[in-house]
Amino acid sequence: MTAFHGPLTLALEIGWGTTLAIKTVMILMIVPLTALVLGYVFLLKMMSHMQSRLGPMDPGGFHGWFQLVGDGIKFIQKEDIIPGQADRRVFAAAPAVVVISTFLIFLVIPAGPDIIVKDLNVGVFYALAVSSLSVIGVLMAGWASANKFSLLGALRAAAQLIAYELPLLLAVVGVVIQAGTMSLQGIVGFQSTGSIFGWSGIGFPFIFTQFIGFALFLIAAQAELTQTPFDMPVAESELVAGYMVEYTGFRFLFFFIGEFGTAFAFSAIAATLFLGGWALPASWGIPLGVMRFLGPGVLFAKIMAVSFLMFWVRFTYPRLREDQLQALAWKFLIPIALFNILMTGVFKVAF
Amino acid sequence: MKKPKIPGVISGLGITFKTMMKPAVTVQYPHEREDPPTRARGVIALKEENCTVCMLCGRSCPDWCIYIEGHKEKRPPRREGGRERTVSVLDRFDIDYALCMYCGICVEVCPFDALFWSPDYEYSESNIAKLLHDKRKLGEWMESVPEPEPLEIGAEVKK
Repeated sequence: MTAFHGPLTLALEIGWGTTLAIKTVMILMIVPLTALVLGYVFLLKMMSHMQSRLGPMDPGGFHGWFQLVGDGIKFIQKEDIIPGQADRRVFAAAPAVVVISTFLIFLVIPAGPDIIVKDLNVGVFYALAVSSLSVIGVLMAGWASANKFSLLGALRAAAQLIAYELPLLLAVVGVVIQAGTMSLQGIVGFQSTGSIFGWSGIGFPFIFTQFIGFALFLIAAQAELTQTPFDMPVAESELVAGYMVEYTGFRFLFFFIGEFGTAFAFSAIAATLFLGGWALPASWGIPLGVMRFLGPGVLFAKIMAVSFLMFWVRFTYPRLREDQLQALAWKFLIPIALFNILMTGVFKVAF
Repeated sequence: MKKPKIPGVISGLGITFKTMMKPAVTVQYPHEREDPPTRARGVIALKEENCTVCMLCGRSCPDWCIYIEGHKEKRPPRREGGRERTVSVLDRFDIDYALCMYCGICVEVCPFDALFWSPDYEYSESNIAKLLHDKRKLGEWMESVPEPEPLEIGAEVKK
């Protein structure tokens, strides 16, 4: 805990075991739930309306809200097929690795003054490090499927994910330089209590000074999520989903949950780093006890705003070519990110 | 001076956003129905009393989906001392809508105005064999056949 939020004032005393259990259940629930929310709000409804159609309207009664739950039930009912030549244990573990990398990101994302599993002092570094675990899961899936096409798909995905790991990390460095800390709570506190040229009306969200970083982060996150301008690794319609080609039933569902859960996690990181996270500006004078309840809602609203940008881009653009994808990362995003870091450093020293 | 061109990357985002704000064009079919356009080719209806079993429809059908059978009957003469008349009676008139391709040649070719287009389109079946409809069912569809369009100016109704 940083000095920013003051002492813990929980009304009831609970042991560390109970706390751990509550936190574990929360984290285990949050990934499928957020995947459902994002999938429903953006994939089903927003995409439909952007294409001048309605999307599912009947399941569940109100605007088809039950559609994705029903899809999940359908996936669970399906036969779990493992190819005969497949490396069974690796094949079974691969979806879990992908989802676990998503779970781990949520450990450091604060949703309130004390609603956080563990406020690591290297939080940013940790979040981006565990997010890249999914590459291992993807490679495991492709390799263990005993199918040359899924192996090719996995290699294609790995090349992309690793290439965009760099701009993703470099885009964030500017924020870390400005805030002077890697702890996500520290960064939130800095943005909440900061001021722009002495005016502290809206705190100091880093999107104003780090707009380039924000844009780079969103582009790189889009590629990390293999969403549409960069969706060659999955490409359902023509490459039959690349490395996932041999997966059926709930193992496929795991990949699906991983994809949307990671989208939510990346949006959460972006909202925390660039938009001020759960905090409202400190000058508004809302006590921390209220923020404990308000914080998750504020964070959720910001996450939805960032997700909207991500999915808006996803539903608008056609796919890049494979060489264009690599050229964009190495020749465009990384130089700009390095320049951004340089300028941030110069300004940090100058002011 | 030429207006500066907005890059496609940005105008594309604008298009999707504008489309999202407009109401969707979808019609939620079982809950709301659109009227079919005029002269919609929904289903072929049969006016049995006009049919003379001339078989032109069955012979012109590209899909051979019309099954038509009839026999001849003797009727009393019209005038006293005249010859007995021979009338064709329709025994069977089936259209297999699993085969029909809705070309409308049978409707066009019928010289006695016995076949009509009806805009009714809700006759799907769970079994393909049930799409073979007989003359009773085809006759029921006559009710939904719209009134013919008014004649053009100067045209005369045949006496």
